[in-house]
Order: sequence, then C-alpha cells, then structure tokens
Amino acid sequence: MRVWKYGSDINTDMLFPGKYTYTCSTPEEILPHLLEDLDPSFAKEAGAGDVIMAENNFGCGSSREQPTVGLKAMGIKAVVAKSYARIFYRSAINQGLMLIECPEAVDAYKDGSTVDVDPEGGLVKVDGKDYAFPKLPPEIIAIRQAGGLLDYVRGELQERGSR
Amino acid sequence: MGATFAQKVLGRKSGKPSVQPGEIVTARPDHLLTHDNTAAIISKIGGELEKYGLDNSETPVIVIDHVVPASNEKTATNHKRIREFVAARGIKHFFDAGEGICHQVLISKGLALPGSLIVGSDSHTCTYGAVGAFATGIDRTEAASIMLSGKTWFKVPHSLKIELKGSLAKPVSAKDLVLTLIGDIGASGANYLSVEFHGDTAGLTMEDRITIANMGVEMGAKNAVFPVDEVTEEFLKQAGAPAGWEAMWADPDASYVKTLTYDLSKIVPVVAKPHTVDNVAPVTELEGTEINQFLIGTCTNGRLGDLKVAADVLRGKRVHPNSRLLVLPASRDIMLEAVRDGSIEALVEAGAIMLPPGCGPCLGAHQGALAPEEKCLSTANRNFRGRMGCAEAEIYLASPATVAASAIEGRIVDPR
Repeated sequence: MRVWKYGSDINTDMLFPGKYTYTCSTPEEILPHLLEDLDPSFAKEAGAGDVIMAENNFGCGSSREQPTVGLKAMGIKAVVAKSYARIFYRSAINQGLMLIECPEAVDAYKDGSTVDVDPEGGLVKVDGKDYAFPKLPPEIIAIRQAGGLLDYVRGELQERGSR
Repeated sequence: MGATFAQKVLGRKSGKPSVQPGEIVTARPDHLLTHDNTAAIISKIGGELEKYGLDNSETPVIVIDHVVPASNEKTATNHKRIREFVAARGIKHFFDAGEGICHQVLISKGLALPGSLIVGSDSHTCTYGAVGAFATGIDRTEAASIMLSGKTWFKVPHSLKIELKGSLAKPVSAKDLVLTLIGDIGASGANYLSVEFHGDTAGLTMEDRITIANMGVEMGAKNAVFPVDEVTEEFLKQAGAPAGWEAMWADPDASYVKTLTYDLSKIVPVVAKPHTVDNVAPVTELEGTEINQFLIGTCTNGRLGDLKVAADVLRGKRVHPNSRLLVLPASRDIMLEAVRDGSIEALVEAGAIMLPPGCGPCLGAHQGALAPEEKCLSTANRNFRGRMGCAEAEIYLASPATVAASAIEGRIVDPR
C-alpha cells in the first residue's frame, strides 16, 4: 500500500486533463491519464489499496467525473484531505469512492508515514495514531451502501416497479 | 431569524415550511442541463431507460456545445447518439451544435427563471443565479439518476453575503470585480456556500451579472445569486420566458457566515496569473508580459457587450504580428447581432480568428490549443495547468477590455 501526497487546490484538470473529457469515459480509457498533469508516475505505479492525502480544496474545478470514476476503478482505498470542492465530493459519493475530511491526519502525515483508514470505524491511522473524522449523514450512507448513486436509484425504481 | 435565498428555494422545492443550513432535503429540479456529456450519461442508463423510461421529457435541457463542430469520429458519434436520444425520447429543450454555449443558451431562451432550481452536469451551471435561480453543478452520474428519478438530494448551504456599493469605473468591468473577489477570498473561500450579492446590484447589467455568477464556482460556491429587479424582468421578457415565476430573496434578518463589502469604484483592472484563478494581481504588475494567443469569448465573456468592448478597442487597429486573437461568441444570436452591429467586422479586420459559438479552446478539447511555453491571455473562467491542451503553457485571465488592448501590443497592457 502506497500513500500519494499532494498539495492544495488540486483541480480536476490536474486529476484528468480536459482534452480527454469527450473521448474517454470508461475506466479502461480513463486510467492511463489519471493525474497525468499532476504526477505522471501515478497512473503507472498506483494501485488497489493505495491512499491519496492532500491539503485543502481537493477536486476543485470542472464537474467531470473521470477523476472519481478512475480513482474508484483503480481501487484507491480512500482520499484523505483537509477539505474538498463540493462537486467532486458529491461525485465521489455517487461513485462510491471513499473521501475522508480529516485535517489533523493530513497535518500528522510526513514523508514515509504509515497510513491506514478504517471507514466504518471513522478513523484514519497515521504512524499508529488514530484521528477521528465525522460520520456522514444517513442519506449519504444509504447511497454508499447501495454501491453508488445509480445502484441506489435502480433499487428505488425496482421497488416502485414492484408496487 | 429570517431565511437566506438558499433556505427559501430549497425549502419551497422540498415542500418544507423551513429548512436549516446543514439539513439534507430531496427536491425535484425544474431543469437538468446536460451537454456533449449527454452521450456518456445515457450510456450509463440504457437498460433502465428501456424499462422505466425518462422521468419526464420537459426537465432536461440538452445543448451540444463543448466540441462543436465535431472534431473527430468519436465526438461526431457522441453528437449523433445525443440527437437520436432526443428524437426517441421527445426531449422538449434541445439545442444542436452551433446554437451556442449551454449556459448562454439556457438563460437567453428564458429557461432559467427566478426562484427556480436548476442542476447541470457542468460546473458553471451556477451562471443562472444571474436571474435569481438557485443553480448548481453535479456530475454525469447524478444527471443520469435525475433523468430516471426526476429528483436528487441537496444539503442546504450556509450563505455568504457580498454587499456591493457604488459603480464600476469603465473600462473596469464585472470580470475585474469577480476576479478581485476570488483573489481576496481564494479558490475555496466560498466552499459549500451560497453566495448572495446585495447592495447596489441595480447598476450591473444582466451581462455583468452573468459574468459574475458564472465564476461563483471558482471561489468554491454552490451557487451565486443576484436579486431580481427591473433589469431581470426586462431580460426575461426579451428572452421569452414564461410568466408565472415568483422571485425569491433573503429576509433582511437572514444569517450569514460572513459579510464582505466592496466599493465598486475602487476596483481596478486585474489579471489572474497561472495556474489558479485566485492568483490575482493588478494589471499594472503584469504589464509587458508577452502573449502568444488572446481569447475573447466563452460563457464568461462572450456576450454582445463583451464583443462590442473588444471591437471598439480594436477598430482600425491590428492584432500584434507576433500574436493571434481568437474570438468565440457565446451563442449564434450574439454572433448575429455582432455581425449586424459591425463588431465582428471590426474584429476580423483587426486580424481576429472567428470561432463558432461553443466552448472552443476553453477546455482544451479542440481548437486553439497552446504549445509548450506559450502564453495565453483569455477572458475565460479557468487558467488551470493544462486547461488549454498543454501542461507546459500558461494561461492568464482578464476582462475583454484588457485582452483587446493587450492584443494590439502583443503583451499585457492596462486598458485604461
């Protein structure tokens, strides 16, 4: 498991360049370009179980969803940041990608620190020390538990259809 | 304690007598905007559409604008699939390539109404706050889910009040004001917040308000909104908006996380430097910066007033031989008016390259891409690294007056 640490205001153009937004939409098309203009090594070396740590306003900019779709498909365990831009945050809920808002954990992180996340327990562990993050509202947990927004809506439609 | 604009609209739309910031409500948006990404959206829900159908055919507003005309077989196929979907599902509000940029089209066709709730799979959906709508961006997946269910959830935001006093001293423009604001509060300064503009808003034209609301997302805002007044009413009348809307506005005793006051007469021409929109400096600090490409247009500054300002500066002059000037009207209607009033003649005579109404070079998907080490001075809303197709290029943002004056010199100049 590897930790990828980035700064503030990481925008969606850095997470997935705009020039590909209308030609790449499947995970297979997205993955080679993830974080291309931010960190070219990410797409080659990152993998399932890795964690991204970042400062403030992660995911600002465009509403493109290739970043959340791509990070979810890659198997990124969680993004831990001090704060997020709202469209990105919403998009992560929709895709079932785990975003954690925990400034204390980000501040505790140093190069080479070990990081583990326990989403259900509401904890981020940095170098063995626990940092708690606030639980999400039940409406949002329901979407996540369904596997993402489309699965949630499919469930609703099925229920409606069977009535 | 009174209610903010956001509390009022989200309360009304969720059928609750009152809602509080932080509360999560479910509401049916009046419109759902999607654009070229409609192709990707419908491909997510093909099976469900067959089985359950669309929730309704009047809520979606679909505009093909991001890569127009199609740049290659793939984008052409996307457009074709959108047209087939529109025909098969009887989508009422469809605007094909060439009509213009989605935000300009939706607002100028009278589809954004005061007090209405609009979501769109585009971050600049916040533009419709210019006419007093609650409008905010969502992703493609959520757009797909709304096509099926007709509803979505909203967290009621806290609000930021921006009190405007006085008026702008021309050639200082609404773009200088909003860039100054973003420079002051930062790219995340309004994160999750509903931004309300109060005070001397009556002196701002509808074009000014559109430019400002459009950039709300660049300070992290959920939405950015102006009160409805005579300017709004006249605009809606011209746009052919249906009657029967009801304006909503904050109560005088509504609660805000912060109030900022701006004296408009003190605003000066500014430029956002690479690579963030909040990296703002007075134009005087950047004078002399050599520029390879100038861009006037986009959903931020591609309206008739913007083209006129540029034409007045460039009439009888020439774009600097070491530079190129691209002009991108926000819609066909605007382009036609600018042809009729001579603005486009003046711009083309000055050496401008006219682009078809659409998003064009703004997001680097096609047209007017930059080369490594090139610099662009643009009236668009974003200067992120790689935004115009090249990570080694630099983008500066400014007003149409600043861009036009600079285009003559081939370097950044003060338009005053």
